[in-house]
Amino acid sequence: MAHDWIFIGIVLFFGLIFAAVPLLVNTIVAPKKPNPLKNETYECGMETVGDTWIQFKVQYYIFSLVFVIFDVEIVFLFPWAVAYKQLPFFAVVEGVIFIVILAGGLLYAWRKGALDWV
Amino acid sequence: MPEVRLGDLLVSLYDLLGWGLSEIGLYPSVVSILQKLVAAFILTNFCLLTPLLTIWLERKVSARFQDRLGPNRVGPFGLFQGFADIVKLITKEDITPAGADKTVFNIGPVIAVASVVGIWAVIPFTSTMVGTDINVGILYSVAVGAIGTLAIMMGGWASNNKYALLGSFRTVSQLVSYEVPMIIALLIPTLLAGSMSMNTIVQEQQVWFVVAAPIAAFLFLISSIAEVGRAPFDLLEAESEIVAGFHVEYTGMKFGVWMLAEFLHAFTICAITAVVFLGGWRGPWVDQYPLLGVVYFLIKTYFVSMIMLWIRVTVPRVRIDQMNDLNWKFLVPLSLVALVVTALVDKSIPLGFSAGSRSLILFLANMVIVVATLLVLRGVSRKEQAAQSDLQTEVNSI
Repeated sequence: MAHDWIFIGIVLFFGLIFAAVPLLVNTIVAPKKPNPLKNETYECGMETVGDTWIQFKVQYYIFSLVFVIFDVEIVFLFPWAVAYKQLPFFAVVEGVIFIVILAGGLLYAWRKGALDWV
Repeated sequence: MPEVRLGDLLVSLYDLLGWGLSEIGLYPSVVSILQKLVAAFILTNFCLLTPLLTIWLERKVSARFQDRLGPNRVGPFGLFQGFADIVKLITKEDITPAGADKTVFNIGPVIAVASVVGIWAVIPFTSTMVGTDINVGILYSVAVGAIGTLAIMMGGWASNNKYALLGSFRTVSQLVSYEVPMIIALLIPTLLAGSMSMNTIVQEQQVWFVVAAPIAAFLFLISSIAEVGRAPFDLLEAESEIVAGFHVEYTGMKFGVWMLAEFLHAFTICAITAVVFLGGWRGPWVDQYPLLGVVYFLIKTYFVSMIMLWIRVTVPRVRIDQMNDLNWKFLVPLSLVALVVTALVDKSIPLGFSAGSRSLILFLANMVIVVATLLVLRGVSRKEQAAQSDLQTEVNSI
């Protein structure tokens, strides 16, 4: 079992290395002539006004909240789906009730207007 | 010495390598690690060279769609255009903007590539040629693919550029939203196969799951196109609105590595679709010659990638509110309905039924959902049209 995951570790490691090598070659091969104008933030020639790292539109946060609810519930559904073939009909109905409650949450967010882009 | 079977050449070579190393007198665990290193090296090379071909194919085919010629100068039919682009990108100056968070800015693209390459570790090329057949394959592929979202957020945030920040915000909201229907769509094949292991899912497909679960296949395709941020869901790099989105500050090879990750992710999604819904390596004579499975797998993958390309060149970009509405008000409810109906119908079918008739019943159930969905959509749009015409008459009477 542990052997299975060693391969994944090796592949991820190779992925990192193989992506980093071209960047290293780039730093060696490419010309380096920096100047203040070139290193400025790219904004189509305008000078940047104000800070970039600020608090931003709350809508994105609400969508992530809805997502978190769904994601957690889906993690609970995966074991149910794997065991599905051995389950009696009653257990399947229980799973369905769980999904219906999940849908109730979606309906609530929908009626509250959390899903509308403002 | 292990027997070399032509039908299963690559696996035989792998065994032969292990035999040769243990003949030298190495410990079995060292031999196994060395074998895995060689296999992982070849797999990673395959992953990073594939985008060169798919990029060429994409440029060529979309050029024909738009009545152009596409790349045709470098090599026969412009086949070596990708290599020329790499040489160009690698000799370009690498600019890091003065205000950027340098560490995060630099490791963003690297993580993006590693996260996509990681998915290929669990994709079965043939029944025997699987990187590693873990029992949570599907969940793993989704989880590792989602790290790419983090990489995009890192790149956009660290650039210290307002366009890049907007792009990465859009990316995160979009990718996070479309993850929900995508995973629910993957639950349906998991439920039909009774396993999350990719190879078991392929073995269980006497009839392709696209027949038994066409809605799940459709949902997975749509949400995964959004997941890799390709047109019509390319809001994250909408040129006309936010220049180039999250990678506006990237130059030289770093930009190239972002592109590599993006194209490889698109191809990977096609491969997952082929494995989960189109029967992966299944095809005629695959039992005698497992190596043929690679051919079938690649044909199916390129078929899905052509469908993606077709959608890309046909449909215009959606607006951000339309993008969210499509997901939360259409795809998510539809995926929940499809999941419930599949679970209940499949359990109601008596045990004696063959795989074919089982799939047929599920297909009919799916068609009932499709018809019901179309009726609901018609009702909604008629109501909206009535409201619009009421408004129009009101305006006219004033």
